[in-house]
Amino acid sequence: MGVGIEVKDLNAWYGSNHTLQDINLNIQPNEATALIGPSGCGKSTFVRCLNRMHETNPIAKVTGSVRIGDLDIYNDASPVEVRRRIGMVFQRPNPFPTMSIYDNVASGLRLNGFRNRRVLDEVVERSLKHAALWDEVKDELKKKSGASLSGGQQQRLCIARALAVDPEVLLMDEPASALDPVSTAKIEDLIFQLKSQYTIIIVTHNMQQAARVAERTGFFLNGKLVEFDSTHKIFTNPRDKRTEDYITGRFG
Amino acid sequence: MPVSVTKDVEKLKDTSVASPQETAATHSGASTPQGVVDVSSVRKFLMARGNSAVADRGFRWLMIACAMSIFAIVALIASELIARSQLSIAKFGIGFFFKQAWNPVTGDYGALTFIYGTLASSIVALIIAVPLSIGVSVFITEMSPKFLRGPLSFLTELLAAIPSVVYGLWAVFVLVPILRDDVNPVLMKTLGWTGFFAPPNFGQGVMTAGVILAIMILPIISSLTREVMTAVPGSQREAVLALGATRWEMIRMGVLRNARIGIVGSIILGLGRALGETMAVTMVIGNRPEIVKSLLAPGYSMASVIANEFTEASDSLYLSALVEIGLALFLVTIIVNGLARLLVWAVTRGASARVA
Repeated sequence: MGVGIEVKDLNAWYGSNHTLQDINLNIQPNEATALIGPSGCGKSTFVRCLNRMHETNPIAKVTGSVRIGDLDIYNDASPVEVRRRIGMVFQRPNPFPTMSIYDNVASGLRLNGFRNRRVLDEVVERSLKHAALWDEVKDELKKKSGASLSGGQQQRLCIARALAVDPEVLLMDEPASALDPVSTAKIEDLIFQLKSQYTIIIVTHNMQQAARVAERTGFFLNGKLVEFDSTHKIFTNPRDKRTEDYITGRFG
Repeated sequence: MPVSVTKDVEKLKDTSVASPQETAATHSGASTPQGVVDVSSVRKFLMARGNSAVADRGFRWLMIACAMSIFAIVALIASELIARSQLSIAKFGIGFFFKQAWNPVTGDYGALTFIYGTLASSIVALIIAVPLSIGVSVFITEMSPKFLRGPLSFLTELLAAIPSVVYGLWAVFVLVPILRDDVNPVLMKTLGWTGFFAPPNFGQGVMTAGVILAIMILPIISSLTREVMTAVPGSQREAVLALGATRWEMIRMGVLRNARIGIVGSIILGLGRALGETMAVTMVIGNRPEIVKSLLAPGYSMASVIANEFTEASDSLYLSALVEIGLALFLVTIIVNGLARLLVWAVTRGASARVA
């Protein structure tokens, strides 16, 4: 089951660049939350703060608090522990090219020392089914490399890889922006199905996509969270003028 | 749509008319009929260039010649080695490569001792240099603070620039005493039971040659390994980190695994240098044509025997045997490289080599 996320006074920097300023929001469990905003507005940085990936850059800095479920991720846990509980899917599909499809999905569990082959088989099958990739790859699971799939399949493989460790939260940083419309539709279907089991946060440039998959939407601009509300409200009757300008395309 | 296209064409005409060349042409009296776009100066220039087919064909043949010269060089070397070792080949046949004898007095020659010496010292070198150089590269690419990165890379590359005779001198005066008095006694005590570290301990021997070779091939392996590891995309590192990997797990799964083809390639190059290295090895290997299990005992390598005895080879069979040693070295290098390639192929079969 997914868990809620509570963000308080989150600030983030890249060097002297203050990329996130005083972010406060609550993300509901088992919902899809979309984050929209122009390039460089801080939405990707925000997502990377939720699993402590932001700080892997040596010049990055974070302050404030993030609670995921009842875990204060910046005070009560190491980055490694946090990332084990949170799955992440990146903008560009990044399967491991030297591993088979099976090994790609199993990598998260194997990394943490999981060796039971029977359970691994089950997890790989279940994750690939969840990611709607099973039927396309089940005959060549151990023969084909992760890099031999098409772009859309690779991205679903990455989703399966993230799901295999049974995360409580799934972060998706523009997961469909490098894909064609057919693959995009598949990913969106997937998000729709997955949110009953996971809390999903999806960064997207595509506003229709946000409207289609998310219950709630947040609009970021210049490092600030301008507005956060139900997706319906954001797209039909936003409170802030800047939100309205952005979703109607009157923006820069 | 059609309207905007016409507009664009109109705009194009405007700019071409407005260019200084055009204005000049109009001034000099050449009249341009209304509605016809005049050829711009850039277009004129490009059209005057022709199709450059001759130059392209010339370039092609030049490149083919460069590539073919490789075949020519290898063929020349091989044929010359075979031709000059005729005497020895005729006398000893294929048995030459499997015989331990080396006796200029009775005229009995075999290459096995030297093949052993070369292989044993090179293997010792690899055992020491591979983990060391991978460690150096991992530190430089993944862990080093920025200010150390430059100096470390520079120093490793500097190691490659030192002439081998200097390594040899250093080995004779520094490495030999250290190994003889400090390292070898410990090895004999702890690993003596394996038989690889048994007396006598002169300080000069296969082991010493291996250590100096390790230092010499370290920069080759580590600089290439560093290049391949730097080329692994950051997205691979992030993918592993996001799964909850520690630093070491990230390096193992995200970096080393993706770079392994390149790492094996760099090891092959290092091995190539170790097999053929002459001067430094000659100065410390002991130069005694004997196969002894103990690595501390003196041995003799193929390159060393050629370098040492070429000038004193008094009769033509002796000389011929030495050339055949050269041929053996040539063959060993080819076989080792072939095996290494086979290894790479076996490791990467099925997996894509996208991240080479």
